[in-house]
Amino acid sequence: MSENNFAYEVDVTVTVNGERVSRRVDARRHLVDFLRLDVGLTGTHTGCEHGVCGACTVQVNGDVVRGCLMLAAQADGAEIWTIEGLSDNGSLGALQKAFVERNALQCGFCTPGMLITAADLLARENQPSREEIREHISGNYCRCTGYEAIVDAVEMAAGTRSGASQAGGDSE
Amino acid sequence: MTIDLNQVDRPNSYIGKTVPRPNARKLVEGRGQYVDDVHLPRTVHVAYLRSPYAHARIKGINTDAAMAIPGVLRVFTGHDLKEVCTPWVATLDHLKGMKSAPQHALAVERAMWVGEPVAAVVAESRAVAEDGAAVLEVDFEPLPVVADMETALDPDTPVLHEELGDNLTFTRTHEAGDVADAFASAAHVVEETFHTGRHTGVCLEPRSILADYNRSENQLTVYSATQAPHMIQSSFAKHLDLPEGKVRVICGDVGGSYGIKVHIYPDEMATAAISRIMGRPVKFIADRLESFTSDIHARDHRVTARMAVDSNGKITALEIDDLTGIGPYSVYPRTSAVEGNQVVNLCGGPYDLANYKATTKVVMQNKAPMCQYRAVGHPIACAVTEGMVDLAAEALDLDPVELRRRNLVPDDAYPYTAASGMKFEGLSHHASLDKLLETMGYDELRREQGDLRGKGVYRGIGIASFIELTNPSPFMYGIGGARISAQDGATVRMDPDGSLVVLSGVTEQGQGTEGMLAQVVAESVGVRIDTVKVITGDTQTTPYGGGTWASRGAGIGGAAAFRAGRALRDNILQVAAAMLQSTPDELDIIDGAVKDRTTGEERMPLAELGRIVYFRGDTLPKDLDREMVATRHYITSDYPFAFTNGIQASLVEVDVETGFVKLLKHWCVEDCGRVINPQLVDEQIRGGIVQGLGGALFEECVYSEEGQLENANMADYLVPMASEMPDMVIGHVETPTQESELGAKGAGEAGTAGAPGAVMNAINDAIRPFGGRVTRMPFTPERILAALGKVPDPDSR
Repeated sequence: MSENNFAYEVDVTVTVNGERVSRRVDARRHLVDFLRLDVGLTGTHTGCEHGVCGACTVQVNGDVVRGCLMLAAQADGAEIWTIEGLSDNGSLGALQKAFVERNALQCGFCTPGMLITAADLLARENQPSREEIREHISGNYCRCTGYEAIVDAVEMAAGTRSGASQAGGDSE
Repeated sequence: MTIDLNQVDRPNSYIGKTVPRPNARKLVEGRGQYVDDVHLPRTVHVAYLRSPYAHARIKGINTDAAMAIPGVLRVFTGHDLKEVCTPWVATLDHLKGMKSAPQHALAVERAMWVGEPVAAVVAESRAVAEDGAAVLEVDFEPLPVVADMETALDPDTPVLHEELGDNLTFTRTHEAGDVADAFASAAHVVEETFHTGRHTGVCLEPRSILADYNRSENQLTVYSATQAPHMIQSSFAKHLDLPEGKVRVICGDVGGSYGIKVHIYPDEMATAAISRIMGRPVKFIADRLESFTSDIHARDHRVTARMAVDSNGKITALEIDDLTGIGPYSVYPRTSAVEGNQVVNLCGGPYDLANYKATTKVVMQNKAPMCQYRAVGHPIACAVTEGMVDLAAEALDLDPVELRRRNLVPDDAYPYTAASGMKFEGLSHHASLDKLLETMGYDELRREQGDLRGKGVYRGIGIASFIELTNPSPFMYGIGGARISAQDGATVRMDPDGSLVVLSGVTEQGQGTEGMLAQVVAESVGVRIDTVKVITGDTQTTPYGGGTWASRGAGIGGAAAFRAGRALRDNILQVAAAMLQSTPDELDIIDGAVKDRTTGEERMPLAELGRIVYFRGDTLPKDLDREMVATRHYITSDYPFAFTNGIQASLVEVDVETGFVKLLKHWCVEDCGRVINPQLVDEQIRGGIVQGLGGALFEECVYSEEGQLENANMADYLVPMASEMPDMVIGHVETPTQESELGAKGAGEAGTAGAPGAVMNAINDAIRPFGGRVTRMPFTPERILAALGKVPDPDSR
């Protein structure tokens, strides 16, 4: 509506998963809605829309960013990577394999954001402790797993978890 | 009779083994398809205007400003939708005396809670629909609010639904033995009042629906994030005046449910009604604020309990007085009386107890409706019972483990009927207790606790035994008149290439249902698991069933799939015998091939058998049945429910200066009968424990006296995050149910059932030297400091 200041449209050109994308969008369009609705990348999820849950986590210019706290217009010119591109190029491969093997996901809604956050940790710290892993993913909400399997899987991907207890966790 | 599954080294012996879930890879690659990912041509989006008042008359709605916004297509009020959608009343016949009031898809005369949908704005996009909702002018006349459940039945409290006479929706008293006499002759009587805070599921994927009514076929197709597709089908058909056969519910990936997505919600019904009117797809995805104010809440109970023990440490009586406030309407179609009813059924459950009296009162109020959420009633009953057992142990100066040993139902006492009337086929409380103590190193932890106290470090150990109700029969809902199936079915089909397709009525929300079904079918037929494709969540293609709730997926859905697999195997062997001039008894199916049963020699791959059956049926005897598909169903009948049991332990450290609780470690030993996939079961238990810990330590829907929900966002409503949660050690005792060949009972709720009681007892154990105790969840630092006498009690303000 014309009297609404947030309704002005803007042109946005970004690189998403290595492909150049240009769209005209509402100035108020969040990055996560832009990715989901305008680019068709539904692997990035919307959970709380106020930056708490981490489901919309994506990479923007190499940084981990909440897609609900950034406007599409702010991303103009940026390089964005989502779960789809990071899966296609194999950069999450070790983490994804460990998540599947360790059943570090249940409903899967948090998983893309969790993987991107965990990859960010492993990029900085290749031998993180369990406490460091827990701290690093503490901004990503998972209601299903109770987190332990995720911590195990990140350890597995980092190669710091012993083979014997990999699949099942500490189970009797 | 349960089958022998001990030949674990046989090919295709998947039952009992950790096998990765076949649907996990798509989820880690972001290739899941949740409702909001489904796009249909001509879709419009709806946003709901929700009541800002806990109780208000709706005197009028002016839609002019909303309709003036470009892109806004329609606005609907309660009066508009009641023309196409009939109201519902959520009662069950077997809950004697239960009453509730008609509830509409959109409020018509009155809004009854903050968050109740009042009007719908339909637009080209969700954003524009919200613009429209923002400028709707609703003339609300605020009415007196009934917020506090404690005063809901007082004579001077307004009655919310005049035609019902009072605010009591259900009450039940159960009494067994002579409770009064037991208390009169007791050596010790302990008494305490417990509060379990009102909280909610906080599914990461909010409730989601895409309803597509096609007028040309009189067909409503609903893409729904639900646990119970057939229940949704039945309810939508009934209230939108469609034949059940004209409603198809498709349930793809679901982003968490935990009981939240097993109910009929007015906004979802309204979305379907709007699609029925507009004849095009209508999408509604709740946002987080809407989720907090309109998802069902649960667990808001105040329980006063008394326990009698004799001088030998034998519990002689337990008396329970439960009060719960469920909002303004009982939730359809399962009703909101079940949680209170479960408290009556489950208190004292693990113990050999002769005298038991329990009353629940379920009252109405102007807060969000409450209904069944993961482990319905269990965390309440367990925390109350286990809290009382610890109090009794303290009164007797006994170790809490010793008091449990003296009172848990003996492992050789089964079948056993509890004082509550619940029937137990076979439980393992003592074996589970022994395993728990050994696993956690109980004696060493007690020694360490004593040493650390001397250094000013206050650690506590809390134990909680529990029972869990799983595999429900029609006694849960069906006998009360609800169209909720207790039976479930599976169809297993062999295609020409020898691969299998399984269609099941139970659903997947991440527990691993589809993986479990693939394991069961692969083993029951005799094929490699990667040749089995599982399809769930479509009322048009799967057998009619109940879906996934009350931990029934493996025990009922799995049992049906096992039978269907065995039936298909028999069919295949019949055809193979005809082809190979043999008899079915002489043949076996192993690794996807027909083999000689005695020698193991391969006779024919299933792909070759499939080729002949499907493409060269002319070469088979004319009268030979060649059904490469079999459907079987399963329903429990010997017992109303398959009870499981378990025991949890929590180790905490309480900072007595700040009231903060550090969760150091958590243990659970549980007995869900046959474990089909150890990893999946363990992860159900871990996830369940953390959900229970959330309710015990962090989560609470905080309401003001005016009925305003004051923390309806994820920054103020605290959920467990990774950094606060402990590592958890899970162990098992296996007592298979004899009711099914598979022997599986449920495991989805055990973690949540026991965790709050265990952590409560651990905190109280830690602060025992100071003389205080906490019994009101969540156990916030402020409440713990109040128990320590360091700050005023926040709940007496």
